[in-house]
Amino acid sequence: MYTEKVMDHFTNPRNVGEIENPDGVGEVGNAKCGDIMRIYLDVEGDIIKDVKFKTFGCGAAVATSSMVTEMVKGKTLAEAMVISNAAVAEALGGLPPAKMHCSNLAADALHAAIVNYREKQEKKE
Amino acid sequence: MRRVYLDHSATTPVDLEVAALMMTYYTEKYGNPSSVHSFGREAKQALEEARKQVAELIGANPSEVTFTSGGTEADNLAILGTAEAQRKKGKHIITSCIEHHAVLETCEYLEKNGFDLTVIPADEEGILSVEDVRKAIRPDTILISVMHANNEVGSIQPVAEIGKLAKEHGITFHVDAVQSLGKIPIDVNEMNVDLLTVSSHKIYGPKGVGALYIRKGVRVVPLVHGGGQEKKRRSGTENTPGIIGFGKACQLAGQRMAEDAEHHTKLRDKLINGILQSIDHVKVNGPMGDKRLPNNVNVSIRFVEGESLLLSLDMLGISASSGSACTSGSLDPSHVLLAMGLVHEIAHGSLRFTLGRQNTEEEIDYLLVQLPKIVERLRMMSPLYDQVMHAKQAQ
Repeated sequence: MYTEKVMDHFTNPRNVGEIENPDGVGEVGNAKCGDIMRIYLDVEGDIIKDVKFKTFGCGAAVATSSMVTEMVKGKTLAEAMVISNAAVAEALGGLPPAKMHCSNLAADALHAAIVNYREKQEKKE
Repeated sequence: MRRVYLDHSATTPVDLEVAALMMTYYTEKYGNPSSVHSFGREAKQALEEARKQVAELIGANPSEVTFTSGGTEADNLAILGTAEAQRKKGKHIITSCIEHHAVLETCEYLEKNGFDLTVIPADEEGILSVEDVRKAIRPDTILISVMHANNEVGSIQPVAEIGKLAKEHGITFHVDAVQSLGKIPIDVNEMNVDLLTVSSHKIYGPKGVGALYIRKGVRVVPLVHGGGQEKKRRSGTENTPGIIGFGKACQLAGQRMAEDAEHHTKLRDKLINGILQSIDHVKVNGPMGDKRLPNNVNVSIRFVEGESLLLSLDMLGISASSGSACTSGSLDPSHVLLAMGLVHEIAHGSLRFTLGRQNTEEEIDYLLVQLPKIVERLRMMSPLYDQVMHAKQAQ
C-alpha cells in the first residue's frame, strides 16, 4: 500500500529529534486523530540551516515528516513556505488516498514553524 | 526472511487434511448435489456429512444448519431474515456496541428502514451486562443479537444468561460465534440460542464458507432466492468443496479443542506477561483469565501509533493487527476499544496478537525480543513521549 520511498523514510527517517533552543517550532494534528507532527527550525539569515522533527502517527505521518525536512534543509524561508502537503506526498511517490487527508500534514507543521519563527523575530524587533 | 503469523482471528491457514479432502471435491467428486445421478449423489452425501460435523460442534441437529458464503452472510440472514419474518410482531432490536460490523451495520441498516435499535454498552473489559439487556427489552422487541466472544479483545459474553432472558420474553436470540467456534465449547441448547453464526476460515477451513444455525421452528425469511437449495433458506448451488472442508475443520476443531486451548493459553499468558515486563506504559485491553479467549492478546502501547507498530513488526516478518484509525479504514480507532472507555490516543496505539496451532514458544520469544526495540524507536520519535523522557532524564 505504501511506495518504496515511503517505507524508506519510515524505516530510516531523516532528521529525527529536537533542536535545543530552536528558532521556530510548529506543531499540527492531535492525539485524537492519531497524528501529531512537530517541526523545529534553526534559521540563519533567511536560510533554514537545520531542521528536525518528532512525529506520533502512522507510516505516512512519519514518512511525510521526514521527507519535508529533507526538502527544506538549506532552502530559504520563502521557498519553504510554498512547499505544499501535496508536493511532499508527490516527492514520496504518492500516498494511499485515505492518507492524503489525515496523515499528510508535514508541510503544515513546517509552515507553522516558520510562522512561529517570524513571530519571534517581530517580538525581538 | 522469517515469518511469524500472529493474526489468526483475521484468518487461519487451511489444515492440510482439510485441503486434501477439498481437492477431491473439486477435481473428482465434482457433482452438483441437486443432481440425481451418481456424481450428484456422492456430492450430496458429503454435503450432509459436513452438515453433521458442523452441527456436532455446536450441539445442534444437522437439519438446523444452513450453509452460507460466510459469517457476514449468516449474520445478515439472521438479522434481516428475523426482522422480515417478525415485522408485524414488533420493530425493536437489541444489540451491543462491541459487535462485529456485520451485525452492527446490518442493525443500523434496519434502523434506517423503520426499525428501533437499542445498542447496549460494554464495561471496561469489553463484557456486556445481562441487566442492561433486561432493561432494554420492550413489548415489541423481536430480536436480541450479541456476540459470543469479541474479535478484538477476546472477551467472552454471558450469552447463556442473555439467552435465558430472551427465552423468558419470547424474543429470538442470535449469537455471532465466529470467534469462539472451536476455541471454547458451544452448545446451542445450553446457551438458549435460536440463531448462531459460524465461519470456516477462522478454524483452519477455507474462506467463503459459513453457516447459520436456525433452531427448529424459528422462521427466517431468505435473502437469496432461486433454486431452493438449503431447504429454500439459501438458494444457489452449494459450495460443496468449501462446505466439506468446513465440516472437516469442525470435526478437527472438536477433537483438538482442549489441546488447542491449553497451547494457546500458555502462549497467550507468556506473551502478555512478557510485554508487561519488557515495556512500560502498556495497558492490557480486555479481561484476564477465563473470560478471555485462549488465543487473544490485545495491548495498548502508549505514545506510539498502531500502524507504525504493525509496519515495523511486518518488516521483521511478524504479522499482527491493530485497532488504530489507520487500520480501521476510518478516522476513528476501533469502536470496541472506544466502547470500553479507552481515549482515542490510547486506542490508536493498540496491538492485537491472535495465536494459532502452529505458533511456538520460540516465536513468542522472538516477538518479545523485537517488540521492545520497535517501541523504543517509535517513542524516541514521538512528541507525546517527550514528557516521560524528560522526567526520566531528570531523575
